[in-house]
Amino acid sequence: MARIELKQIAHSYLPKPEAESDYALRRHDHVWRDGGAYALLGPSGCGKTTLLNVISGLIQPTEGRVLYDGEDVTDLPPQRRNIAQVFQFPVIYDTMTVYENLAFPLKNRGMDTARIEARVGEVAEMLELTPHLRRRAMALGADAKQKISLGRGLVRSDVAAILFDEPLTVIDPHLKWQLRRKLKQIHERYHLTLIYVTHDQNEALTLADQVAVMVEGEIVQVGTPQDLFEDPQHTFVGYFIGSPGMNILPCAVEPGAAVVGGQRIPLDGRLSDKAGAVQGALELGIRPEYLCLAESSTNGAVPVAVKRVEDLGNYKIATLSLGAHTIKAKLPEDQDVPGEQAFLTFPPERTKLYADGRLVA
Amino acid sequence: MGKWEDNKAWFLVLPVFLLVAISAIIPLMTVVNYSVQDIFGPGDRIFVGTEWFEDMLSNRRLHDALWRQFLFSGLVLLIEIPLGVLIALAMPKRGWGVSVSLVLLALPLLIPWNVIGTIWIIFTRPDIGLLGVAINGLGFEFDHTSAPLDAWITVMLMEVWHWTPLVALLAYAGLRAIPEAYFQAARIDGASPWAVFRYIQLPKMRGVLTIAVLLRFMDSFLIYAEPFVLTGGGPGNSTTFLSIYLVKLSTAMDVGPAAAFSIIYFLIILLFSWLFYQALQNVGTGDRQ
Repeated sequence: MARIELKQIAHSYLPKPEAESDYALRRHDHVWRDGGAYALLGPSGCGKTTLLNVISGLIQPTEGRVLYDGEDVTDLPPQRRNIAQVFQFPVIYDTMTVYENLAFPLKNRGMDTARIEARVGEVAEMLELTPHLRRRAMALGADAKQKISLGRGLVRSDVAAILFDEPLTVIDPHLKWQLRRKLKQIHERYHLTLIYVTHDQNEALTLADQVAVMVEGEIVQVGTPQDLFEDPQHTFVGYFIGSPGMNILPCAVEPGAAVVGGQRIPLDGRLSDKAGAVQGALELGIRPEYLCLAESSTNGAVPVAVKRVEDLGNYKIATLSLGAHTIKAKLPEDQDVPGEQAFLTFPPERTKLYADGRLVA
Repeated sequence: MGKWEDNKAWFLVLPVFLLVAISAIIPLMTVVNYSVQDIFGPGDRIFVGTEWFEDMLSNRRLHDALWRQFLFSGLVLLIEIPLGVLIALAMPKRGWGVSVSLVLLALPLLIPWNVIGTIWIIFTRPDIGLLGVAINGLGFEFDHTSAPLDAWITVMLMEVWHWTPLVALLAYAGLRAIPEAYFQAARIDGASPWAVFRYIQLPKMRGVLTIAVLLRFMDSFLIYAEPFVLTGGGPGNSTTFLSIYLVKLSTAMDVGPAAAFSIIYFLIILLFSWLFYQALQNVGTGDRQ
């Protein structure tokens, strides 16, 4: 296992990139800690797979260096980098048995038969593939095939990290849970460095202890699921994590308050001072969970129109309008929502400000 | 059995039945009819049972032609399949080179059989042909009109030149259909180029190669135009393959033996195509549980 460092890494699929938008991966530094379970979360086409392929060496980055435990591996091909990668669609070698499939990476590296046998036996046991070892891999189902792909990654005990590129996309939902749990157990037992690419926030939040959120070729925040939820560093993180996502409202700032649609929303005094000093378009962000809705006006509350209320069983989602803006509030199941007019309170300690998408703090 | 009361749906099958009857069943039955009778003229015939079949099965010249045919088809497969796969592996995967090589490969396939024969006769003639003169100029005696081996080499050359592109195109299509992830996984697994070929490319090409083997076997087993144009089956009987022998028989008005022989010929092709198909289907999936 190793610590993986990316230094000033950037990649473009174009031969002569010029504008920043030509880059599938924008220039950045990042360190993946040894033994960490990371999820790389982001919408389709944001550069997750590109980043993964740069780490594994399937892609040579246009700029920057890749370091494993301080050693520069940028120019090494994947077979010499000591890394494992599992792909979206299960890759199995059709003509081989399950055993031969699992032994393939070891055989290619010239390991002796006795050690291969021991190692394959161990991995098969871990993945519950032992009863199938002598069968043709081709005859198995999609989940067993993906387990074999996974097994080929796990079978080399010395890999720097195992990279997963949305490996559970083609697996049935109930098997997905099983495999995800299996993966988590394996991580806890062997302390592998895992980087897991996904666009499914549930998957990312359940599997990883650190989630890196990526958008438009850039990692905008790395943190625990709790960090991402409570303290989004970027409006995209706020919007992408959580259901419904964070309310993002364009605003102006006055001392001690943000102005949205002509209404003053009280802010922490230090925050409004800072916001006054920064450049860029300002936005106010608040999670639907933190909003309080009341029938009568209280200090600092703003009047809103109630457009719609959806009862989702254990909570309610109220769709409100503040001037031209739409706000969603997540309310307890037992709260009565006033018919047309209501007053909304933004708790100042939960209200964030963003300048050009980035948190003002 | 009330469900059999309305049988009108059978009429929908009638056009197909008629078409197959006219194109296949009636001609085949005519051949069967000839094969069991000795026909002297209109209305003048006798039933001979299996006599023609026995005749043909013990015919020395037919045996010779049959072994010659197997040798030829065997060599064709041994040369064209690996060569076609090699060409497909060497072809560019993207860029302008793809269209250029596809067009170049397809050219021989566009030329009619007998024109190919004529091209190669002229090309290999020892007096005026470019290749013939060149080989003789290098000090090798080469004359397809007198030396059986030279005639064989020429027919082989024609066949390989004409049909290897088909195998290459099929193999290329098979190769291009392999998802990129397989090659990426192989790189991660540290597979050598040979292992990539052996465990990814070859198994993934099995389907198209089955088709290639069947097509090339059937087609080379039926070869007629090339040796006919080149030497008419000579020198001697050295390039008299089954179809050439068959035509020699039937043009000699021995329709009975020729018909019996046709049926044997047909059954041989059917049998071998089935064997190849079964064998290739089971390669690599043999002990599926």
